[in-house]
Amino acid sequence: MDMINYCDDGLFSSGHVACGGCVEALALRVILNTLGPDTIGVVSPSCTAVICGGHPMSSVKIPLFHTTIESAAASACGVKRALVAKGKPDTTVLCLAGDGGTYDIGFQALSSVCERNEDILYICFDNEGYMNTGGQKSSSTPINAITGSTPGGKTTRKKNLIEILAAHRIPYIATASPSDLNDMAAKVEKAKGIRGTKVIIVLIPCLPGWGVADDSAVKTARLAVEAGVFPLFEVIDGLIYKMSSSDKTRPVDAYLQQQKRFRHLKPEDIAGFQTDIDQEWERLELRASDQETL
Amino acid sequence: MKDMNQSGEVQLLSGNHAVAWGVKLARPDVTPVYPITPQTPILEKLTELQTQGLFNVEMITPESEHSVMATCMSAAMTGARVFTATSSQGLMLMHELLHYTAGARSSIVMFNVNRTPAAPWGFWPDQLDSLSQRDTGWVQIYSETPQESLDTVIHAFKIAESARLPVMVNHDAFYVSHAVEPVNVPVQELVDGFLPPFAPDLLLDTANGRTFGAPVNQQTWNQNRREMAAAMAEVEGLVDAAGRDWGALTGREYGALEKYRMDGAEVAFVTMGSLCGTVREAVDRLRESGLKAGLLKLRLFRPLPERALREALAGVPVALVLDRNYSPGMGGVLHQELKAAMYGENSTRLFGLLTGVGGVNVSTTTIEGLARKYTDAAPSNDPIWVE
Repeated sequence: MDMINYCDDGLFSSGHVACGGCVEALALRVILNTLGPDTIGVVSPSCTAVICGGHPMSSVKIPLFHTTIESAAASACGVKRALVAKGKPDTTVLCLAGDGGTYDIGFQALSSVCERNEDILYICFDNEGYMNTGGQKSSSTPINAITGSTPGGKTTRKKNLIEILAAHRIPYIATASPSDLNDMAAKVEKAKGIRGTKVIIVLIPCLPGWGVADDSAVKTARLAVEAGVFPLFEVIDGLIYKMSSSDKTRPVDAYLQQQKRFRHLKPEDIAGFQTDIDQEWERLELRASDQETL
Repeated sequence: MKDMNQSGEVQLLSGNHAVAWGVKLARPDVTPVYPITPQTPILEKLTELQTQGLFNVEMITPESEHSVMATCMSAAMTGARVFTATSSQGLMLMHELLHYTAGARSSIVMFNVNRTPAAPWGFWPDQLDSLSQRDTGWVQIYSETPQESLDTVIHAFKIAESARLPVMVNHDAFYVSHAVEPVNVPVQELVDGFLPPFAPDLLLDTANGRTFGAPVNQQTWNQNRREMAAAMAEVEGLVDAAGRDWGALTGREYGALEKYRMDGAEVAFVTMGSLCGTVREAVDRLRESGLKAGLLKLRLFRPLPERALREALAGVPVALVLDRNYSPGMGGVLHQELKAAMYGENSTRLFGLLTGVGGVNVSTTTIEGLARKYTDAAPSNDPIWVE
């Protein structure tokens, strides 16, 4: 196994209030330290906003603006344009939002920022639901998952945000996982060097929201990647797909079994889940292989 | 055509184009805008000036007024001078962020063109859109003419940046926004001398790691409102000072509350915006006919200049409050405000007259008739619909 390879400049402090074992804090540590101190953050109401700290405490050492839940992308754009007007165009403007603030209520503002190709790095911590309010479904929640607002299981699929973002033809989109921190850091580093709108979606298995054991968030994320539930890949200019991990090495069973939200699934539900994953993986591989012939 | 005192050049401008010229002269750094009738000529003139190379600004065209205001507040937190413009539905879509920007002490200047809120759909002059933002913490100023709109938008930056409160300047749809008048456009040097660059001491800056807007406890939230109250208490003085200083530079002086022929008035009209012009003419005619009428033109609605209103109405037997808005279930908003301001001052009988709600025309003759009708009328606490 690779050692975690990034330089910790202390931009994220211990003592924050994330749940014990939460990998969102881990991801935040890697992202902030990869970007470095010439960064201004905008965070919308989400677990990240809580982890960053309530007044007067702060776990992050970059300047940070807490905006409203639907405004993350628009706010980041305002910061960036103000910096450009003030002659500081090289400062990275980092946007931190959850999946509710990205797939749902902040989607309109994000789409507009992508259409204008505003120069921001947008990180979506995707824990597949409104976990900060106690675990309700978002449009990122997978089919059949039990949440506070889908007690019988969600009846529709997770929104494919990557495809929607790709249709905006923004320069960089990637997925990342706390199970692959070197890959995450490399993607953040790459995004930092690109002008325009960059979006990285980070899978965050939520301990209470998904019903995962306190010590199993990294393991659950790894199973998601290995089963192809959450493939790691990049999309360049909305056209060129690059797989970060070329193989899907295991069936979905082990991933589902980690989580209480899927414990009610019948064998036919699991088979349906597996079929969906296999088909999505095939489509993704086809796109990635298409690029080799471009 | 150069003006007498060489302070500017006279152009024929609509109210909205006058606003755009004022904004250009104030040198904002960032202007996010979204089109809406009847505000759009402000947006289009600004983008035209930018394209012509006459206006150096970061122009942003987000997908909604809501994102416009989010962009404004974040740019302002980064130390930029920020302007936007909107109207009616757009202003109301921003409502959540109007509270947020005021609480965040964001020095934003916004121009709002007063238009009827739907339903039913309408595009007519009515001030309910901005008056229903009364409690958000925005300073609100109402303008009567294109010239006043140009001048006031420049003042607004000075007020917003001194008080660290957002300022909304309003003028009526079409009557002011699209009416063309000769407008003195000041020279840049004059505006630069009046309005120094925005240099906030607290801002989002990589030189330090300050966090803004994080969740607070009850005491800190409470303290935030007390600090807003202290800032609001300064605003009337800032508005008067800006109006006085501007008068010294241009010959055009303004105040928070302006009096017209109030000497020995037996009946005073109190109103805001374009109605003031009509009332002024009615006052002249009434005075000619022997009825001592006067006008109190309220420019500053928030914070309400209560003491100035009480002093101006001291000894005036009848005050007719003309509202071009209607708060269902209560009456005209300005009437409610005046009742509160005049509490305990029983020597003035107040009448709340709903004139021009929905943009219906209010003629000079109608206003003259009101003065005659209510001079000796029995007191009434209820709103009165004027035909």
